[in-house]
Amino acid sequence: MPEGASAIDLVLTADPALIEIVRLSLFVSLCAAGLATLIGVPFGAFLALTRFPGREPVIVVLNALMGLPPVVVGLAVFLLLSRSGPLGELGLLFTPQAMIIAQTVLVTPILAALARQFIEDLWLEYRDEFAALNVGPVQRIITLIWDARFSLVTAWLAGFGRAAAEVGAIIIVGGNIDGFTRTMTTAIALETSKGDLALATGLGIVLISLVVIVNALAWTARRAGERLAG
Amino acid sequence: MRAPDSDLPIVLDGVTVQAGAVTILDRLSLRLEAGAPTVLVGPNGSGKTTLLRVAMGLLRPTGGRVIWGGREQVPPVRRAFVFQRPVMLRRSAMGNVRYALATAGVARAERAARVADLLNRVGLADRADRPARRLSGGEQQRLAIARALARSPAVLFLDEPTASLDPAATKAIEDLVGTIAASRVKIVMATHDLGSARRLVGNVVLMHRGRVIEAGPAATFFTSPQTDEARRFIAGELLV
Repeated sequence: MPEGASAIDLVLTADPALIEIVRLSLFVSLCAAGLATLIGVPFGAFLALTRFPGREPVIVVLNALMGLPPVVVGLAVFLLLSRSGPLGELGLLFTPQAMIIAQTVLVTPILAALARQFIEDLWLEYRDEFAALNVGPVQRIITLIWDARFSLVTAWLAGFGRAAAEVGAIIIVGGNIDGFTRTMTTAIALETSKGDLALATGLGIVLISLVVIVNALAWTARRAGERLAG
Repeated sequence: MRAPDSDLPIVLDGVTVQAGAVTILDRLSLRLEAGAPTVLVGPNGSGKTTLLRVAMGLLRPTGGRVIWGGREQVPPVRRAFVFQRPVMLRRSAMGNVRYALATAGVARAERAARVADLLNRVGLADRADRPARRLSGGEQQRLAIARALARSPAVLFLDEPTASLDPAATKAIEDLVGTIAASRVKIVMATHDLGSARRLVGNVVLMHRGRVIEAGPAATFFTSPQTDEARRFIAGELLV
């Protein structure tokens, strides 16, 4: 990005570097939120519907993991993907894939913990009807996930928000490489350290605007769905 | 095609249900035959709902046994249950009935016609697309009955289906239950409304403290009760 340029100028001129940063930010965060949904929601449903020794400590740990410090996750993924680490041969360190992995680790506990709570609450409401309708175990899980879908949208938004706002983990595993792994948050951190506060602030406004737009779209979809299904 | 009354008679033989130190059903024996409706009456806490759940197979007794059509292990395929406060799935009225048909194994091609028929039968054809949770209490109860009928049950258990409903909604439910009973579905209904028990015209079972106090045809029960508890209950006295 040109030195000293204001964020408004960059947006109005559709600066290619800015567009690339926005594209990568959305790509990484959406992929991470998507993967976390695929992992977290079924795991949350499993925890909601099964009883086994040690279940409650698992729930406590899962809830605690919602507050995972991003830098710790970044360090752990760095050690995993570094040349001497167990997955070093994959050569993923300092790539967008590494950033997606780190954010997925951060977001999955949020999706799993919230899904567990929503689905368990719904199951308590539905269990008698399920028994009376002789609904099988797999169909129960599918029904609960489907019927909790509006609440799960909120959980997904919480996860996406966490991913989009995160900087500590991705700066460690992505390296903030210009044109390759630089995202909105890492760019803001860099511009702030360089003293270009106007540009950093402008980028922050762009980031917040994007998060608001994604939330507004999801909220609109949720409201429309609720009107149709109740 | 299975016989419509394959789960009948339902025999409860010395059934006991305990929850901790509390005895909810106390060595209760009862035979539910095909034919006229059976109405369970009695004060709150007398064990009516628990008896329905045991007879449906939703609750395993802690003592005694339950026999459905001569067998002890019968999945609740031909039995259906409508709860006092039925839970509406988060979908339309039509979607709720379609779901029940799917869980009952009805072929996909047949479902649309069956949904229309069942909604029409319970008087909700014009509410098909409405979210089920936005229906009134009486409409939700009728939808729950439609969902239960989707299973083509031989026995339909109804737990206080008219509780908290206004007279118009109560009449709609009672008319519907009468129609279902006339179609050879065995009705077993719990109620604390003696008026409902009279109007349904079937067999009445008076319960108190987890036991059957008196049972017999409604006409006999209401005109010449055999026990002091039944006389007091019919007179409106409180059984405690």
